[in-house]
Amino acid sequence: MRVLKFLLQKELRQILRDPAIFRILFIMPMIQLLILPLAADYEIKNINLGVVDHDHSEYSRKLINKIVSSGYFRLKDYSATFKQGMYAIGQDKTDLILEIPAQFERGLVKEDEATLLVAVNAINGVKAGLGSAYIQGIIQDYNQNVRMQWIQFPRFNPQPTIEVASSNWYNPNMNYRLFMVPGILVMLVTMIGSTFAANNIVREKEKGTIEQINVSPIKKTQFILGKLIPFWMLALIELTIGLIIARLVYGIIPLGHYITIYIFASIYLLAILGLGLLMSTYAQTQQQSMLVSFFITMIFNLLSGLYTPIESMPQWAQIITRLNPVSYFIDVMRLVVLKGSSLSDIKYQIFALLGFAVFFNTWAILNYKKRSG
Amino acid sequence: MQPITVENIIKTYRTKKTTVDALKGISFAVNKGEIFGLIGPDGAGKTSLFRILTTLLIADSGHATVDGYDVIKDYKQIRHRVGYMPGKFSLYQDLSVQENLEFFATIFNTSIEENYDLVKEIYQQIEPFKTRKAGQLSGGMKQKLALCCALIHKPSVLFLDEPTTGVDAVSRKEFWEMLHRLKLQGITILVSTPYMDEASLCDRVALIQKGEILSVNTPKGITTEFKKPLWAVKANEMFPLMTQIKQNELVESCYPFGQYHHVVFKTQENIKETLEAIAKKGNYTNFEVQAIEPNIEDCFMALMKE
Repeated sequence: MRVLKFLLQKELRQILRDPAIFRILFIMPMIQLLILPLAADYEIKNINLGVVDHDHSEYSRKLINKIVSSGYFRLKDYSATFKQGMYAIGQDKTDLILEIPAQFERGLVKEDEATLLVAVNAINGVKAGLGSAYIQGIIQDYNQNVRMQWIQFPRFNPQPTIEVASSNWYNPNMNYRLFMVPGILVMLVTMIGSTFAANNIVREKEKGTIEQINVSPIKKTQFILGKLIPFWMLALIELTIGLIIARLVYGIIPLGHYITIYIFASIYLLAILGLGLLMSTYAQTQQQSMLVSFFITMIFNLLSGLYTPIESMPQWAQIITRLNPVSYFIDVMRLVVLKGSSLSDIKYQIFALLGFAVFFNTWAILNYKKRSG
Repeated sequence: MQPITVENIIKTYRTKKTTVDALKGISFAVNKGEIFGLIGPDGAGKTSLFRILTTLLIADSGHATVDGYDVIKDYKQIRHRVGYMPGKFSLYQDLSVQENLEFFATIFNTSIEENYDLVKEIYQQIEPFKTRKAGQLSGGMKQKLALCCALIHKPSVLFLDEPTTGVDAVSRKEFWEMLHRLKLQGITILVSTPYMDEASLCDRVALIQKGEILSVNTPKGITTEFKKPLWAVKANEMFPLMTQIKQNELVESCYPFGQYHHVVFKTQENIKETLEAIAKKGNYTNFEVQAIEPNIEDCFMALMKE
């Protein structure tokens, strides 16, 4: 016990003495947490709209006004011909063209029928998809309104219509940050857990200090615990700072208990630190461990459900996400913060992570050798 | 019981394409309270042997004991009993002198106070800098600190892998004096060095080359084994002199040594005459010639040739 205490003391001293580590550990994540949630926004706004109006009628003007006033579109180009409109797209001035044919008003009024053309620049797939969906929604709404004005409705609808009323549970205002901040927090904790712990051990290899440790009677488990515990604590401190920022800056107060988050984070860190430890037993230089952990954390983060919902991934990718500890933590964070889940609600995730922790740590301890063949 | 015995140790490093025979069946034994020197050039296999004896590396075959314990079976006991100072400075550079010493005392389950008398003499020299970080010490100071850390748990066998490489002449001398004082306390010391002149400071030496031991003897014994006549020659035109001497059939070998060329002869007679004849023929200026006693390096050169 005395040895372990001393190992921890030495480790903390080294960490606190290294100004770079301290800055990387605390300042960088804070900046990330302050910038990313505001910048990485899914909602597509400010789509540049080009209009080719051959009709110049009151109805076409109404339609254009309706689209622009929706807030999603900015009228950037008003061309006389479709060719000119296409040119504007080519110049990247607009993202989307709405062409209104010459007989638009007449067709609408006389024949109850009119056609419109929407052409989208699909270089940015997300923007194109959402843009055309928005504009279709607006046009449909416009269509309905026009009909309402003209038609004398019978007492009952001639056609049965189904109206959908939606209500957003757990995040009533669809506040994007509520969804994003806990996820980014998980990412940061993961980086500290895996990359930093791995690098620290590899540094001892690089400097040769591990030789001195290896010839001493110190036990394998003592050495490993001495490495894991400081980073386990650091990551929890990091989580605390993150939760404070989330509360003060974004006003995010978890519906569930903070204790639930901490208990889960503690277990999660066991798994992630085990992974870092495992990487360190294979890497010979800090550069190697850095690159490997960069690669792994990137895949983990992209497949975690932070940026894209897991449910919309292909079946095989969904299986991969089940092998990804990050996805469980992001899931749990959102469940606890937004839905107020308690420990019993997340027991499946807890068991999964305990499994990861046992798996990674056992592998790492088996692979860490004080002597080489 | 001898504190270190090595019997037929073989170690081969395999990479994908090449195999390197680092140790090709090495055997020797070190007596209690002895400074035993492993003398050999870089790549001779000294560090591999150290790593095997300190239980960091497992030999392919052979048998070795340290302090009576087998290096494979009883490695745990050995780790309590040996001090190891690797060739590369490997203490924590971001911890202070005192913190390093405390740390190594603690991981060996002891304290500085318990064995202070053993390291006292050495530690007193670095004590004025005890709050300084180890990384900011001079080369000689680093070696002293490393020696303190290797000694703090009172080992019975001390392994020093090239402790004086990269250290200035004064610090080297001091370091060897410290080793002699440690020896008086009954600590067995196995030390490796690439410097031939340090061999004479050991009680016994093993000359090692390309994973093989050329000779094990006292420094004196090694030089008396050298039976052939050895002469030193010098002139202003050193290089043509050497090529010309080498062409003579009475000469076994000729190699540069400091300001002189050392020449080993196959026969005992007519040596001076032969050398002077060569000098006359080549018109060398400031020609000097004298018979000399062989030193360790001469023996090493001769043994390498065999």
